[in-house]
Amino acid sequence: MQRRVIFDNKALPYLLLVPQVAVTLIFFIWPAAQAIWQSVHLQDAFGLRAQFVWFENFEAVLTDPNYLDTLRITVIFCAAVTLLSLGAALLLAVLADSKIKGAGAYKTLLIWPYALAPAVAAVLWMFIFNPEIGVLGRALNNLGYAWDYRLNDTQALVMVVLAASWKQVSYNFIFFLAGLQAIPRSVLEAASIDGASASRRFWTIIFPLLSPTTFFLLVVNIVYAFFETFGTIHALTHGGPGKATETLIFRVYQDGVVNHDLGASSAQSVILMVIVIGLTAIQFRFVERKVHYS
Amino acid sequence: MRPQRNSDERKSGGALASLLPHAILILGVLVFAFPIYMTLIGSTWDAATIGRGNLPLTPGGELLTNYNAAWNETQGTRILHTPVRIMMWNSLVMALVIALGKIAISILSAYAVAFFRFPLRMVFFWLIFITLMLPVEVRIIPTYEVVANLGLIDTYAGLTIPLIASATATLLFRQFFLTIPDELVEAAKIDGAGAVRFFIDVVLPLSRTNIAALFVILFIYGWNQYLWPLLVTNSADMETVVIGITKMIGNGEAATDWNVIMATTVLAMLPPVAVVVLMQRWFVKGLVDSEK
Repeated sequence: MQRRVIFDNKALPYLLLVPQVAVTLIFFIWPAAQAIWQSVHLQDAFGLRAQFVWFENFEAVLTDPNYLDTLRITVIFCAAVTLLSLGAALLLAVLADSKIKGAGAYKTLLIWPYALAPAVAAVLWMFIFNPEIGVLGRALNNLGYAWDYRLNDTQALVMVVLAASWKQVSYNFIFFLAGLQAIPRSVLEAASIDGASASRRFWTIIFPLLSPTTFFLLVVNIVYAFFETFGTIHALTHGGPGKATETLIFRVYQDGVVNHDLGASSAQSVILMVIVIGLTAIQFRFVERKVHYS
Repeated sequence: MRPQRNSDERKSGGALASLLPHAILILGVLVFAFPIYMTLIGSTWDAATIGRGNLPLTPGGELLTNYNAAWNETQGTRILHTPVRIMMWNSLVMALVIALGKIAISILSAYAVAFFRFPLRMVFFWLIFITLMLPVEVRIIPTYEVVANLGLIDTYAGLTIPLIASATATLLFRQFFLTIPDELVEAAKIDGAGAVRFFIDVVLPLSRTNIAALFVILFIYGWNQYLWPLLVTNSADMETVVIGITKMIGNGEAATDWNVIMATTVLAMLPPVAVVVLMQRWFVKGLVDSEK
């Protein structure tokens, strides 16, 4: 955990830590503590008086059918985004990693979408799939398929899933490619000489050897779908139609910022905190394992 | 003739097998390029053509008008907006302050944690580590209240400082510092260099690649922020460009200034895409390293 040779100044290390610790305490620890405090209190409309109510806020949130519905939508959304973006990225990475002409060009052309903001990705998709002005949105309607993601719940969910996955493929692609390049060529060549077909080589050698990367990406993608897609949803559907595309994060924003329901919003924040802590713990356990293997 | 035909068949089978990966990759490239292409096309036509749903697949002649309208003007035919030059400036300030600020404060704290032994060292380390588990989304309201109480709403400080504490950057630098050989530190000490000298003359130059790699990642992170700027900026002068686009779209009606919106979208994409394409090597390194 530490170097053998060190400097022995007394005050300097504290001085070096001041900026980061100050920002952490003021903008992270204190607000997080506030969220926890608010989640077990009930405040009056003016925020003047607060009453300790144990877990009443959590009870209210977790028994609210709307919240459970949001939870269901979040799970579907996360699963769809994760599977879609991981699957597409793995396919493209395996192809781009093989000895193929123009592999470098393909790589460059596939990684730049990482630079786009989730909200911008949503705008691009909106411009294409808008039923009135979008090229593909109009084409769908002209073919006789009633396409309007602004009115149809399922279509709205499909839209946010596609826009969110589309943006995430390049990230997964980069990591899969790095993982693939770490697989020793000699192993693959040996299998090839033994007459294993391409698909057999993939499932018996490449896929198992990639599993640490895949597992790591699984966690990262769930976190992405959970937290970073707020912009996608806010720009594309505003959670609608109705509440059809409202995820947990969108709802915290809606209850806290738009509806000013502090108790409910902070109880939801604390629930989310528990989820992040769980995901981070899983991720770090895995990182340790990876270190042992290598 | 027969063997000849056989070998021909094998050849064409081989050609097909080698074409399929290309076909899939090209399809992949197209799926990513097509939305961008349509955005570019949209930014070269007039609002009426787009609004009628007649947008062609080829460029129109309104490119300069649209970009000029987006860049300089505040009023389209149907929307009011902050001029893109102001929003781009805000985004640039936000991205640069977040990227450079994060790098500066985390390289200092990583240096403290890695090169000194002092009481409460591990307490500080865990305090920084814990921020990994507190993304802004889970503490929206209280963080907003803190910023409001400090009078930082609608300021660059409020926009950036709450986002510049980062455990990932600190962990990355610390990891790297642990690989600096002890001999180097001993040699510096024998030469009479103190901790500050060593940091400036040895550690900073050695960290150049890591700094560049992190900068690319953090610049994009900063430029693409959405929820936080949405909360802490109210005035039009402080709007960032990503927020500006969605405000211009509003409810996404057909009859709006899509031409100006598309021009704004293209401008908003340019800086982060340029950074990724021009600094590709560092970008990939930064991404892979900072997630370890």
